[in-house]
Amino acid sequence: MVTMNTDKSGKCSKDGNGGVSKISQKEEPSSTHPSSVPEESPNHLLYKKMEKIIERMQDEVTGVPVRTVKSFMSKIPSVFTGTDLIMWMVKNLDVEDQQEALHLAHLMAAHGYFFPIDDHMLTVKNDNTFYRFQTPYFWPSNCWEPENTDYAVYLCKRTMQNKTRLELADYEAENLARLQKMFSRKWEFIFMQAEAQSKVDKKRDKLERKVLDSQERAFWDVHRPMPGCVNTTEIDIKKACQMNKTTQSSKLGFLNKLSPSTSDLASHPTIKHLKKQIDNLKARLDRRNIKVSKAADSIDSIIFRFVTYYEQYLDYDSFFVQPEYSNPWISDTTEYWDQEKSVISARRVKRWGFSLIELLKDPAGKEHFTQFLDKEFSGENLRFWEAVQELKALPQSQVQNKASEIWAEFLSPDASCPINVDSYSSELTKKNMEVPDRWGFDCAANHVYQLMKNDSYSRYLRSDMYKEYLNGSKKKARKR
Amino acid sequence: MENDSKDCPVETIESLTKEAEALKKKLEDERQKLNDVTLATVADRLDIINYMNIKPRRTLKGHQAKVLCSDWSPDKRHIVSSSQDGKMIIWDAFTTNKEHAVTMPTTWVMACAYAPSGNLVACGGLDNKVTVYPLSLEEDVSLRKKTVGTHTSYMSCCIFPNSDQQILTGSGDSTCALWDVESGQLLQSFHGHCADVMSIDLAPSETGNTFVSGSCDKMVLIWDMRTGQCVQSFEGHESDVNSVKFHPSGDAVATGSDDATCRLFDLRADKEIAVYSKESIIFGANSVDFSVSGRLLFAGYNDYTVNVWDTLKCARVCLLYGHENRVSCLRVSPDGTALSTGSWDATLRVWA
Repeated sequence: MVTMNTDKSGKCSKDGNGGVSKISQKEEPSSTHPSSVPEESPNHLLYKKMEKIIERMQDEVTGVPVRTVKSFMSKIPSVFTGTDLIMWMVKNLDVEDQQEALHLAHLMAAHGYFFPIDDHMLTVKNDNTFYRFQTPYFWPSNCWEPENTDYAVYLCKRTMQNKTRLELADYEAENLARLQKMFSRKWEFIFMQAEAQSKVDKKRDKLERKVLDSQERAFWDVHRPMPGCVNTTEIDIKKACQMNKTTQSSKLGFLNKLSPSTSDLASHPTIKHLKKQIDNLKARLDRRNIKVSKAADSIDSIIFRFVTYYEQYLDYDSFFVQPEYSNPWISDTTEYWDQEKSVISARRVKRWGFSLIELLKDPAGKEHFTQFLDKEFSGENLRFWEAVQELKALPQSQVQNKASEIWAEFLSPDASCPINVDSYSSELTKKNMEVPDRWGFDCAANHVYQLMKNDSYSRYLRSDMYKEYLNGSKKKARKR
Repeated sequence: MENDSKDCPVETIESLTKEAEALKKKLEDERQKLNDVTLATVADRLDIINYMNIKPRRTLKGHQAKVLCSDWSPDKRHIVSSSQDGKMIIWDAFTTNKEHAVTMPTTWVMACAYAPSGNLVACGGLDNKVTVYPLSLEEDVSLRKKTVGTHTSYMSCCIFPNSDQQILTGSGDSTCALWDVESGQLLQSFHGHCADVMSIDLAPSETGNTFVSGSCDKMVLIWDMRTGQCVQSFEGHESDVNSVKFHPSGDAVATGSDDATCRLFDLRADKEIAVYSKESIIFGANSVDFSVSGRLLFAGYNDYTVNVWDTLKCARVCLLYGHENRVSCLRVSPDGTALSTGSWDATLRVWA
């Protein structure tokens, strides 16, 4: 569309030449354009990858075969067919199938690296339609955001050439009308520009003109796509904001060139920051040493946990195994969700045995475990742990009261429901109570959690109470 | 300590930098000590996944512009989504009905999230704010809206950490922040990234005290919510990290980046253990999520597709075509029965 897109306004370079079209500067090196997008910007990264593929496609020997085709009285210069392109891609890129090749080809066309010779819609079909490569000058990596005045000159020029193949499409004619209104005062100037360009074009060789015309058209099809087509030059607003900041700060000379290894706070190397960084690194080294010695076994076993985890949870992964009532999204019935509310299936109970947290995550599991603990007269541990979790979830305004309550109920010398914690946790908690906050009981809660996990929970899993519950229902999951 | 440094001439920027570099090297050496076993070699005994029947099951149409973010309700069937058009929509994804459509005071609503109760949603974006909306069917949702926190740049992501009463946000101002919903008080801020924070995720551990963040500084940081300290960091990506997600076991973090790769970083081994990439995948990855067992990693890309990765074999299982523009967000439903995707083509889809 003609209206400037807000997405782009942030990062685009403004062409200092005002209305002077870039088309007339074709022979100049592209470096004269103020390049505003940093080399590592996400779009740039993509352009580089596409251009690498284009380079391979354009190899005279191993690339896509480009020909000049005779048709009736005239010649169609420098084209290749969709079939040839897709065949090349399937053979030379690690795409899975034709569909993936076609999809990638479509995206590269939408970015304007090649284009169908007589269609505004930049896509690729796997047939004998002719396509042509775009000249590097018009590649999006040259990073110029063309102005509406340039577009006006271009459209105006097309009306002068009055040849059927250059006739304006309906949407282009509409755009031209809108631009004419917008630039009414400048229009004479735009018209003159167009006339001058048109004259230059006329002096060119016929075949060369054909190619240039089509490339220029494809350029505008990228930057002012026809309605219904995706504008691929749009940048994610977050990235645009970020690049804006980067260019600003680099202009001011704040941002040093960072080696990729310098990370955390390296951009502002003040003594304070460096010290913080050093402390951080030391802490991480320490933590590592503990960890590695703890997991004395090899890294294989560390990684192997993911395999074990998968095998344990396989039955619960709907993408592999269907739930006992069919998947609501596939069957269009809510049976699965409904029965989950009313029935506690064996499948669900089995999961309680995976870990204490799985048990506590399920309200029914927590209830059952509470019953078990009450029978064992050790319910206070779970109640304490739960109270601490509740505390963490409270609004700030209620934290202090709740913290005092927890202290009074479980930890103070005259607690109504005392729990046993190690002296370290006890001391730490006592100290934390001086300024109670939501994290104050964390250490004690962790201690209690470990106790429950190693003691009550493992006894629960071995108990008849759990086994009976588990055998209560016997529905098997169906394999997908 | 802080005051000492002023009087002590020995501690110059140079000496401190040197010390930091030495420590970094030591850390790197430590990492190297663990041999280069990767997931793929360990997962040798598993069978290759050779068939995956995932199809589009629902299409949610109603946004007028790019869908930028979405989240599942804990009820497993509602979805909140936010869009460039300044709208936030609450969908019953199962019936595809719209239940609420809220107009925000800003366009580009980059982030939205459901609270654990399912009765509250938060959103924000280019307005730099995080605003919560209690959901009720009786009255206009925007009547009871409340601004909770404000960053100095756009808010890129938000999440409720285990409670309706707190919200954790990430921002273009390179920080993350934990807010008290009721008072709007800043409970903790997290400094450490040197560029825009793009994504955050909570650790699925019993204590829920840690979270991970990914940023345009290419770094992945693990944070302790209690102290505000960064406790672990991972590098490896060659461009912006757009998405971070904990493995359901809590032992690893998956990432998606503009460098067109997804990666898996192991917290205990303290290093990268898998890269998910292919020569033919050249577009950036915006959003990642795991299936329940952690075997599948779904990743939404700028090339309009979703690639489904076998995390253990490090191979692509399949490609999901359907969207007509970038896939901006992607979430596996809470019970793992479906995958939702949101796209710049203004639609959301549900796959199963």
